[in-house]
Amino acid sequence: MTGTRLGETPDARLADAVRTVARVRDRGRRRSVVVVAGLLAAVVAVFAVSLSVGDMVLPLGTVVETLFGGGDGGSRFVVLELRLPRALLAVLVGVGFGLSGAVFQSLLRNPLASPDIIGISAGASAVAVTASLLFQVSGLALSGSALSGSMAAGAAIYLLAWRQGVAGQRLVLIGVGFGTGLSSVVWYVMARSDTTDAQEAYLWLTGTLNGRSWGQVWPLLTALAVLVPLTALAARALGPLRLGDDAAAGLGARVERDRLALLGCATALAGVATAAAGPVGFVAFVAGPIARRLVPGRGAALPHAALTGALIVLVADLGAQHLLPSVQLPVGVVTSIIGAPYLLLLLARANRGGSGG
Amino acid sequence: MSGPVLQGTKEPTTRTSERRRARSRPVLALGLLAAVAVLLLTVLASLAVGSGDVALADVLDGVFHPDLGVKGQLIVQEVRIPRTVAGLLAGAALGLAGTVMQGVARNPLADPQLLGVNAGASVAVVCSISFFGFTVVTQYIWFGFLGALLAALLVYGVGSLGREGATPVKLALAGAATSAVLTSVTSAVLLQDRESYDRFRFWQLGTLTARDADVLWQVSPFVVAGAVLALLLGPQLNALSLGDDLARGLGQRVGLARLVSALAVVLLCGAATVVAGPIGFVGLAVPHAARLITGPDYRWVLPYSMVLAPVMLLVADIVGRVVAPPGEVQVGVVTAAIGCVPFIWLVRRRKQVEL
Repeated sequence: MTGTRLGETPDARLADAVRTVARVRDRGRRRSVVVVAGLLAAVVAVFAVSLSVGDMVLPLGTVVETLFGGGDGGSRFVVLELRLPRALLAVLVGVGFGLSGAVFQSLLRNPLASPDIIGISAGASAVAVTASLLFQVSGLALSGSALSGSMAAGAAIYLLAWRQGVAGQRLVLIGVGFGTGLSSVVWYVMARSDTTDAQEAYLWLTGTLNGRSWGQVWPLLTALAVLVPLTALAARALGPLRLGDDAAAGLGARVERDRLALLGCATALAGVATAAAGPVGFVAFVAGPIARRLVPGRGAALPHAALTGALIVLVADLGAQHLLPSVQLPVGVVTSIIGAPYLLLLLARANRGGSGG
Repeated sequence: MSGPVLQGTKEPTTRTSERRRARSRPVLALGLLAAVAVLLLTVLASLAVGSGDVALADVLDGVFHPDLGVKGQLIVQEVRIPRTVAGLLAGAALGLAGTVMQGVARNPLADPQLLGVNAGASVAVVCSISFFGFTVVTQYIWFGFLGALLAALLVYGVGSLGREGATPVKLALAGAATSAVLTSVTSAVLLQDRESYDRFRFWQLGTLTARDADVLWQVSPFVVAGAVLALLLGPQLNALSLGDDLARGLGQRVGLARLVSALAVVLLCGAATVVAGPIGFVGLAVPHAARLITGPDYRWVLPYSMVLAPVMLLVADIVGRVVAPPGEVQVGVVTAAIGCVPFIWLVRRRKQVEL
């Protein structure tokens, strides 16, 4: 604030201030748009690479031609039946986890509050592993049991944390406790089963896109087509809620209802993604912090987090398929191995005390 | 972004209410004696209960002047005493380690599982099984110790990078991140190696059996050293809980206190892992229970945790012996599956989770 200069009216100073604020806001908005565009470009580039690389390397021209109905039988099969559904699924799973994690973290105002840590993934795993090992459930029914497990865990955690409203830190603590109980059930069931079955369950628990096809893409695409707009709608309450319950209520937000809507959406997003690919580790946890670091001061940065999640899963799955010759790693192994060091790097470079995340 | 769970900063109002709740010294001392009495009863129960009926007289004889010709006394001597000692050692270690971790990280969620120590032990055990072909527990447990040590150093190192050193948030996030990486490495190895996976899935559950007396003797010096260090840390943890700046203002050497804490945690967690495998939850839940009794003073929370944690572990082990005959449920499963109920009740009861 400069001092009053001679011959300057209060109106002129006000106009000046307004211009400054607008300029700063514009800069933030511009950065946000640039980052979205950059992430989108990166996603498209990696997507294209993952369609063209493999045992049979296809030039990008052939890939594009095949996508638009051309190409010979071999490339049609490889691109349309093998690689396209897998790459699409990677994008969708990443969007689901990234968005879910970012909503949880900013709603509960805690960087540890992602679905993999507060027991949502553990719920999906417990029900799915029990269903597959004890009741020999497979295919779509297995996906269904994963989804119902995550929703049930989410509901249970919400109800257990309810005490005249749900406070963020109580929900996180209860989620961690509940999740620990559920994962010990998973390990117990696995220890009691036949080796081969347990091995398969373990693969699913790591999160994998191996052998996925259109059968998993369509349900997930449909679910996201419903859930993403719903989340965007519910996320309008995120701004007030981030200020704390009292302030939000003062601003006219219906705190408990808004929070329930957001938690419901985030739980469902994590659930459908888990149903499609298993609990792919760490995507939900890192996508939010990375996105917020890319666009500082833009709140929850949900679109950025969704795209970051998609990029992480795409890159990780590409690595999982081709990093080691002759070995098909599950994507969940790679997401953690590339995602975690990046988070640690961000942490190490964070300069302000206690702001990591 | 960092919420109260991570920061543990307290409002002035909560502080006064804590003061009011803090009990007087004689009451706390009596309570500790009562807790020790409960622990003794639990030990007795742990010696007396289990598959294979043993008369109470044989239990006592089996402990004090065993006649190995009598089957009951043989069982007590060979099976139940090592198992009970394992529970005592691992329990005390986990309770103290959890308390120190929560105090240093100023985070009520901190425990060996969340801060990556368990994952470090697991990955080392898996590698030793898979790459060196170890098959006997006594061979690979020392790798567990080493892994826990390296993981703790890594988390602490990463958490203290950057200008302002090891803040609570950075420690917790570094722990979760390190844990995720190490778990992935574990998965990557196990998914390629069916045989190792088969051994690992039993080790992962955590159990007090299958540890012979030799191992317990080898581990107990580590537990004792770690326990002495941890019990001495009370005043330092009290100061740290006020925040780094205030602690420095009170003349604490914050960095040194953190370093000693890290050493104690590594000794204790490593020893507990060697004795019982990666047991989660005890280190998380017991300090909360202890604080509920004692209030926030770490000079009391630490000894209470040291006594209450073995009670929890032994009771869980006893429950696991009888709940699903003819088999047994591993103690790690019972602590987590049953332990989360009182934990949730505890969290619900309190208006705010203070440290």
